Amino acid sequence: MKSAVLIFPGSNRDRDIIRALEVVSGQKPALVWHQETTIPDVDLIVLPGGFSYGDYLRAGAIAARSPVMSDLQRHADRGTRILGVCNGFQILTEAGLLPGSLMRNAGLNFVCKTVQLEASNANTVFSRQYQQGEIFDCPVAHHDGNYFADARTLDALEANNRVVFRYANGTNPNGSLNDIAGIMNETGTVMGMMPHPENLIEELHGGVSGRGVFTSLLEAA
Amino acid sequence: MKARVVVTLKNGVLDPQGNAIEGALDALSFQGIQSVRQGKVFDVELDTDDADEARKTLTAICEKLLANTVIEDFEINL
Repeated sequence: MKSAVLIFPGSNRDRDIIRALEVVSGQKPALVWHQETTIPDVDLIVLPGGFSYGDYLRAGAIAARSPVMSDLQRHADRGTRILGVCNGFQILTEAGLLPGSLMRNAGLNFVCKTVQLEASNANTVFSRQYQQGEIFDCPVAHHDGNYFADARTLDALEANNRVVFRYANGTNPNGSLNDIAGIMNETGTVMGMMPHPENLIEELHGGVSGRGVFTSLLEAA
Repeated sequence: MKARVVVTLKNGVLDPQGNAIEGALDALSFQGIQSVRQGKVFDVELDTDDADEARKTLTAICEKLLANTVIEDFEINL
């Protein structure tokens, strides 16, 4: 599986993603700086976590308007798989590639802990290695992860099984509507999620339950 | 010409920061505060002196960047 990781000023989980992609696919991802205007032809493009532009204006808002994003849109139109984790999810919503918005956590705290996720839709290229309804551990680390969308958008997401991951067993850490942790676009090729699956892929991490996101993508490539 | 743009959360969108400020005002013993909503203010200087043109430019700026219209409204004051 060929992959690329987009890097913005203030990205700080890029190395975690690079490591996860290398471990799972055996191939180093291409690294693409936000000012570049071309993303190479790959099977998967990842927007990593972090605090691009210091979360100025709104989390992900400035990064979503950076030069590399027009080529990301072109890849999205062609159906290249795109994964946004944490700040990457925020950037994808700000860029209009995913609906809704990630707001300040309802409890106002930065949350950094392990939560439980449910694979609400295990029939996607991002989640097929999980069982439908499977519940697994995954870390979160964010201040703005409170998923919000208007009622009509939420209904459309639910009706079309576009909620891929949900916080389970009362572990919703941020007040997200419908316990939403990760959603995909209409065609199922773009997914954003607040939790960090790349931080649970090796035994040294204390578990491998996040690996399924990457092995799912590998299988789909 | 100078303009002030005010961006506020739409009605019905939860504002945890506003709620926290309400709590702090209560802790400071301020009475009679019904609610607080937090927003953002942008002071923008434009080349033009034409109000219509400025409004048009600022509307585009708000829709493209300053406001996330999923959750926020904006108001332009010239």
